[in-house]
Amino acid sequence: MAEKEGSGEDGTVAEIEEKIIEVFEAFDNEGSKSVDARDIGLIVRTLGCFPTEAELNELLAKVEDEEEPGGYIHLEKFLPVMTKVLLNRSYRPVPEDVLLHAFEVLDENKCGYITKEDLVKYLTEEGEPFTEEEMENMLSVALDPETNTVRYRNYISKLVVDET
Amino acid sequence: MQRNSCGLKIRANSHHFLLVLVLPPAFKAAVLIQQWYRRYVARLEMRRRCTWRIFQSIEYACEQDQIKLHNFFSYLMDHFTPSSSKERDFISRMFISGESFKEAELEKYCDYESMEVPDSYTGPRLSFPLLPDHATALLEAFKQKQQLHARYVLNLLHETRKHLKQLPNISHVSTCYSEEVTVCGDLHGQLDDLFLIFYKNGLPSPSKSYVFNGDFVDRGKQSLEILIILFTFLLIYPKEVHLNRGNHEDHMVNLRYGFTKEVMHKYKAHGKKILKMIQNVFCWLPLATLIDQKVLIIHGGISDTTDLDVLEKIQRNKFISVLRAKKRKESNRNVEIQETNEESKAEADPAGNEAAPSLPPSPQPAQAPSTANRLEFSRWVRQTVQEQIEWCRRLVDISESEEEELTYASMVSLTDLDGPCHTRQEDRKQILDILWSDPMPQEGCIVNTVRGGGCYFGPDVTRKILEKYNLQFLIRSHECKQEGYEFCHNRKVLTIFSASNYYEIGSNRGAYVKLGPDLVPHFVQYQANKAAHTLTMTQRISRVEESAFRALREKLFAHTSALHQRVQGRITLSNWATAVESVLHLGLPWRMLRPQLVRSTADGMLEYKSWLDDLAMEQRSQEHIQTSLLEVIYRNRSNLETIFRIIDRDHSGLISFEEFHQTWKLFSSHMNIELTDDGINDLVRSIDFNKDGNIDFNEFLEAFRCHLQCLDSGEGRQVPGALG
Repeated sequence: MAEKEGSGEDGTVAEIEEKIIEVFEAFDNEGSKSVDARDIGLIVRTLGCFPTEAELNELLAKVEDEEEPGGYIHLEKFLPVMTKVLLNRSYRPVPEDVLLHAFEVLDENKCGYITKEDLVKYLTEEGEPFTEEEMENMLSVALDPETNTVRYRNYISKLVVDET
Repeated sequence: MQRNSCGLKIRANSHHFLLVLVLPPAFKAAVLIQQWYRRYVARLEMRRRCTWRIFQSIEYACEQDQIKLHNFFSYLMDHFTPSSSKERDFISRMFISGESFKEAELEKYCDYESMEVPDSYTGPRLSFPLLPDHATALLEAFKQKQQLHARYVLNLLHETRKHLKQLPNISHVSTCYSEEVTVCGDLHGQLDDLFLIFYKNGLPSPSKSYVFNGDFVDRGKQSLEILIILFTFLLIYPKEVHLNRGNHEDHMVNLRYGFTKEVMHKYKAHGKKILKMIQNVFCWLPLATLIDQKVLIIHGGISDTTDLDVLEKIQRNKFISVLRAKKRKESNRNVEIQETNEESKAEADPAGNEAAPSLPPSPQPAQAPSTANRLEFSRWVRQTVQEQIEWCRRLVDISESEEEELTYASMVSLTDLDGPCHTRQEDRKQILDILWSDPMPQEGCIVNTVRGGGCYFGPDVTRKILEKYNLQFLIRSHECKQEGYEFCHNRKVLTIFSASNYYEIGSNRGAYVKLGPDLVPHFVQYQANKAAHTLTMTQRISRVEESAFRALREKLFAHTSALHQRVQGRITLSNWATAVESVLHLGLPWRMLRPQLVRSTADGMLEYKSWLDDLAMEQRSQEHIQTSLLEVIYRNRSNLETIFRIIDRDHSGLISFEEFHQTWKLFSSHMNIELTDDGINDLVRSIDFNKDGNIDFNEFLEAFRCHLQCLDSGEGRQVPGALG
C-alpha cells in the first residue's frame, strides 16, 4: 500500500489538510478533536513521513499542551504544524538503496549477512535504540533460524514487497 | 538537542548530510535502519486499524439494516389495507412468525418420545438425568463431526427448558463454593473456540464454574453443537454452569444471521420442531449473573434507566423476541400484536425495535409506473407505503417524550391479558438495554443508532449503577475486541469476547477471564487456528485486509448507480471521498483506503468512470433496468433473505411464485425502484425458477453469487440466465 507522494504537487493545502484531518480523526476515539500524544508517531508516519525519534520529539514539543505535556494533542495545534511538515517534505523517506547501504555498513566483513548478536548489539545500543519488543519483532521476520544470521538483502526485498 | 542512551548528541533536525559529518558510521546506519523500521511498523498498525474499522462498520451497518427492515414492516402492518383477501393473508403471514402454542400444545408439537432412533445411528444416546459421561460422549462425537439425533436434541431442549424455568432472572454465583469462576463471551457458533477453552481451562465440574455470557449462536457454522454442549453441562452441573441471554438468542435475529439456516440444513424434517423448542428455551434464559453481589455480568450493557429490581421481577419468558413493532397509533384493525407467549392465543411478532430511533431516511418520491393498467397493486402499495412512511416520520420528528406517549397510547392488542401495557413496554426496554447496549467514552446515555437497539452508555452511567447496587465492576460482551478483552470506563467495564478470528483468520484473539474470591480478573487469550500462528504479523494483517477490502468492494459495487450519480469523469481525492461516504455511510477513512480501491493518474486525479466500470457490470442499454435491479437485489440480499425466511413458515426453502411476486413488489416499493411486472418475469425466467410454481430461494440467491463471480472472472455478462 505504498502511497507515493509523486513528483508533482502533493496537492493543494486544502487537500493536505483534509488528509491530515482524516488520519487524525481515525485516532480520535471520543470525537474530541484530540489524540493521545503516544499516537503522534503513528499519525506522522501514516502520512508518509520517516521521522527519527528525535525529530518526533521536536514535533511533539511544538504541538503539546504547555500545561499538560505528554497528555493530549489538539487538532488545532497539530494541523498547521503538520501541514508545514508535509509542504516542506520534512522527514524524508529512507530509500531502499540507502537502507541497503546502512546494513552494509554494519556488515564489517562484507559477507552479505549480519549475525544475530551483532545486529542486536547495534540496534539496541546504537542510534535510537530499539526496545526489546521492536528487536524481537524484527528478528521474527529477518532472522534465518538455521544460520542465526540476517541476510539483509532478502529481508529488505521481502519488506518492500509487503509495502506494496 | 536530545541525548540518546549512548550519551551522544544528536542534532534535533538531523539530515543525512549532517550525520555524515558528525557521527560514526555504525551509529548513522543504526539510526537509518531504526527510522525506516519504525515507519514500516507504523504503516502495518495503520492497516490493521483500518481493516478493523471496515469490518466493524459493515457489521454494524448490517445490524442497522435489520432494524430498519423491521421498522418498515411494523409501519406497513399498521397502515396497510389489503385490497384482496390474498393480500391480506400474505401480509398477515409476514407478521405472524409462527403459530403460538399453549404449554400442552408445545409439548405435543415438539414431541420426541415417539421418535425412533434407528439401530444404524452411531452417535451419542442421551438418557436423563444426564451424567458427565454423556457430556464427554457429546464432545467426542462433535469432534468427529457426528450429529446428535433429533430425538435427543428435542429431549435435551425439553429438559433444559424445565430447568431454566426454575431459575431467577438474575443468577447468583459465589466464589466461596468454587474457588474460581470463568467467564466467557460471545462464541457465535465457533465450536473450535469452545473446545480450546475447555482444553486450556478444563471442563465444567463441581470445582470449575463457568458463566457463558450470551451470543452462543449465529454466524459460525456450529451454533447448534455449542448449544447442545452448553445445555448438557448446564443440566449436569446446575450449580456451576450459568448462561446469560444474548441479543442473538432471539429467533428474529437468527433468521438473518444463520442459525435458522443451520438448523434446517442439519435437521431438515425435524428442524422446525427443534427451532420451535429453541425459541421457547431462549426466552427462559436468565438475563444477568451476579458474582458475590459485586460483579454484574450482562451481555450488552446498561442504560441510565437500568433497574435491577425491575429486572428481577420481569416475566422474562414473555419476550421470545426482544425486537418488536413500535405501534404509532391506536390500531382499529384486528391485527394482533402481542408478546409471543406459549400461553397466549395468537402469536404475532411484528419485527421492530423498541429503542430504535426512527425510520430510514426519506425515500425519493415514487415514480409513475410505465404501464399504467398492469401495476395497480404496486402503484397503490408504493403510494400507500410512501404516505405512511411520511406520516410516521412526521410523528418521529415530534420530540422524544411525545414518542413515548404515542407508543403507550397505541400499545398492545385486545387480547393482551398480562397487565398494563406500559409496564410491558418498560420491561421490554429493560431487557433490550441489557442485551444491546455498548459503552462509549463520553458521559451520558444516548440511543444506539448504530445497532438500532439499546443505548450507548457513558462512564457516568456506569458509576451510578455501581454505586446504586454496591458493585465493583461490570462484565459484558457483545463487541469484538482485538485482544479478546478490553477495559473501559476507568477499568469499571470489562468486555470479554471469546470468538477468535471473528472477522477473518488472524483478525483477533479470543479470551476468557477468571475471577477468584479477590475478584481480580485474570485473562487467558487464544486463537483457534493453527494456521494463524505460523503467519508473520504482516501476512496476518494482509490476509485480513484482503478480506476486508473484498467486502468493501462488494459494497461499493452494490451502490454503483448511486455513485455514478454523484460524480462524473475525473475528480479529486477529496470529492471521491465525500461521494463514497455520502452513499455508503460507513464512516471510514476513505482517503487512507483509496490506494486499495481506485487508481490515481499522474496528476493526482482519480479516474472515476473507469473505476466504476471496473467495479460494475458492462451495461447494454436494454438491460439497463435489469442491471440496476440486480444491483439492488445484491445490495439487499440479506434483507431479502430475511423476508423470504419469514414468509417461508414451514422452513421448506420454497415459496410460491405468487408470494415471491408479492414480496418483491412490497420490497421494491420500500426501496423505491421502478419495476414492471415484465421486469420481474424476465428476471424469474432467466434464473429458471418454475419448479411447480415454486421458487427455491436458496437457488435464487445462489444465482446472484454465481453471477458476481462471473463478473469477477471478467466474463461481464449480466444476464443471470447465462448460468445454469
